Amino acid sequence: MKKTLKTIAFSLALGIVAAGAVAAEPLKVGFAAEPYPPFTSPDASGNWEGWEVEFEKAICAEAKLECVITPVAWDGIIPALTSKKIDMIIGSMSITEERLKTIDFSDKYYNTPTGVIGPKSETFEATPEGLKGKTIGVQVSTIHQVYASKYFGENGATVKEYQTQDEANNDLAAGRLDAVQADSIALGAFLKSDQGKECCDLKGMVKDDPAILGAGVGIGIRKGEDELKAKLNAAIKAIRANGTYDTFSKKYFDFDVYGQ
Amino acid sequence: MADPISFLNWSLLALEPPGWGGVLLRGLMNSIEIAIGGYTFGLLLGIGGACGKLYGGPITRDLMECYTTIVRAVPELVLILLLYYAGTDALNYVLGLVGIGQVDISGLVAGIFVIGVVQGAYTTEVLRGAIKAVPAGQIEAARAYGMSPYKVMTRVTLPAMLPYAIPGLSNLWLIATKDTALLAVVGFSELTLVTRQAAGSTKAYLLFFCAAGVLYLMLTLVSDLIIRIIERRARRGFVEQS
Amino acid sequence: MSETPTTDITTHAMAITPEDLPAAEGFFKPHRIVLLAIAAGLVFCIVWFMRWDWIPQYLPRLGYGIMITLAMLFSTSILGFLLAVPLGLVQVTGPWPLKALAKGFCTVVRGTPLLLQLWLLYYGLGSLFPQFPAIRQSFLWPYLRESWPYGVAALTISFAAYEGEVMRGAFAGVPAGEIEAARAYGMSRWTLFRRIWLPRAIHRALPTLTGETVLQLKATPLVATITVIDVYAVISKVRQDTYITYEPLLLLALIYMCLTGILVIAFRTLENRIPTRGA
Repeated sequence: MKKTLKTIAFSLALGIVAAGAVAAEPLKVGFAAEPYPPFTSPDASGNWEGWEVEFEKAICAEAKLECVITPVAWDGIIPALTSKKIDMIIGSMSITEERLKTIDFSDKYYNTPTGVIGPKSETFEATPEGLKGKTIGVQVSTIHQVYASKYFGENGATVKEYQTQDEANNDLAAGRLDAVQADSIALGAFLKSDQGKECCDLKGMVKDDPAILGAGVGIGIRKGEDELKAKLNAAIKAIRANGTYDTFSKKYFDFDVYGQ
Repeated sequence: MADPISFLNWSLLALEPPGWGGVLLRGLMNSIEIAIGGYTFGLLLGIGGACGKLYGGPITRDLMECYTTIVRAVPELVLILLLYYAGTDALNYVLGLVGIGQVDISGLVAGIFVIGVVQGAYTTEVLRGAIKAVPAGQIEAARAYGMSPYKVMTRVTLPAMLPYAIPGLSNLWLIATKDTALLAVVGFSELTLVTRQAAGSTKAYLLFFCAAGVLYLMLTLVSDLIIRIIERRARRGFVEQS
Repeated sequence: MSETPTTDITTHAMAITPEDLPAAEGFFKPHRIVLLAIAAGLVFCIVWFMRWDWIPQYLPRLGYGIMITLAMLFSTSILGFLLAVPLGLVQVTGPWPLKALAKGFCTVVRGTPLLLQLWLLYYGLGSLFPQFPAIRQSFLWPYLRESWPYGVAALTISFAAYEGEVMRGAFAGVPAGEIEAARAYGMSRWTLFRRIWLPRAIHRALPTLTGETVLQLKATPLVATITVIDVYAVISKVRQDTYITYEPLLLLALIYMCLTGILVIAFRTLENRIPTRGA
């Protein structure tokens, strides 16, 4: 009897799994499930919008891939990729040596410098000396976290790590942080918001360290998927060449986000 | 900024965009869906587990003991992370071995699976206690009438243990609804995560977290009401013990 | 009165309690030896085939994280219990406004997820504070800037609400005869409370305290989501630094199992030292 029950339970379990097993056709494009304007942010109807969402649409259309966007937790985005919960990361992830040990990247699709912001009431430089003794917020497992720990953390600053960029910004506005280091465009969007306008301004760009800050943002894919990688690289090149890239970029930026 | 004025900006909660009410309600639906799925899955696991613990052979019993011990000793948050990443991976691996091949596990299914496994251990314990509370004489009498073990289970043990199990099971339902909030940590769009997204986008943190709190509270209170009705029905003919 | 055992069943179902501890003599049955051998083999495989080279580097931080977790656990359990006593008491004897207030508090806290309460306190309330210059200039500000006070507050409130419900049952369950006897001896209300009612109620609530404390331990990792560096946060850091997913989580589960085990054994020792009269 107990066997019957167990069989029932197990087959039901399988049933649930099977019911959820959609035909594995569309590629799932992962990014952080948090507001990260102007790249990805949810709107009031529950859809995601932003530069990177448009980029994703353009790329998938160009490469003739069927894509579906899948927001996941940022701190688990690489495990999500390797355990096949998602198939690509289009989530402002910089190409770094450290990440290349675990996953693969397409060519870069944008590149921007790294900035530091702080409260308006204080003046300091975005240098190890300027940030000495201060508490600086960064998002976990980002290039900024690595950079801030190396350059500021080892020189007398406290580096505080946040699950999302939004939380770090909020804590800066709430006076719990003295500075936030992040991508300069994302910081710019925050400084333009009502909350950011009131409290904070840009303190400067950090000194570049290509080994940590990487060579731009690429599409993260699993290792060994060279066919997909080739398709994506070709698509990036194509939308750069045919003007699609510039068309949707103009809606968000007044400069070339692709970088040099 | 989340000043008192924007805290009182109720229009942010409007159901239609630009209000975020619709998003919150959809998150609530997701939460309820996972809670129902996880609870049901957990109930099945729990029935199997309780029977295994009470009537199984020594090995089954020990394995069940390990399962319930681990789940009861490790924080749900850790279990959810482990099951979410490793559990679904392992499931796919096993399915691959059996020959069914890779299945694409959607977030919803993963969430149900994760909550279900955690709930299963709790349910096992609740049901085990309830089955043990059934007077042995009733089961012995059924056996003496020559009922098969399966019949004893479905006709006597399960119906007789229900009144003992319902208080615990209804508490577990309430816990299941609240445990779904933990899936926010793995990025599943249930109520807590969409609330955080809405709050982050609008900077009206207090307003949205309070609104979500009200939604959760309403879910609890409505569940409570239904549970009371069920409880009254199940306890019909029972002597009030105290 | 039917609610006290209910909480009891559920707490027991969700948390290990001393009666679940295996008896030592039970281990030496033939099938258990086989199972233990299989388990040992499994552990060996895990140790041998998975990546553990990161442990030495993070060991000091792990120790620190465990200390923070324990500090969170004990401070919030003790504070929460102190809060639970009046919460339970007013629900039994208080005037109706207090009674309704306490009941409402327990219902709201128990009816919403702890994670949401934590975020409400940290991100919601915390972002309001700096707008009041009075708070910003007060001596409290250096603490309000930190994240741990919010974690302590949320965990304390949650523990108080759950244990308050238990204490309510415990206060109500003290036999009326004992209280009448005390009154007959001419004890004042305060003496009666201090000498008879409270000790008897706490005594009655003690068995559930173990379960509630284990549940509290299981709730502590949530504070990692508001940047408190407990053992969970340290393991998250390992995961993010090394991109290893499973091994740190397995170690974390093991750490929590050990902590729970130690806690339960400590409670059993404690319970054995408290004299109980056979029922």
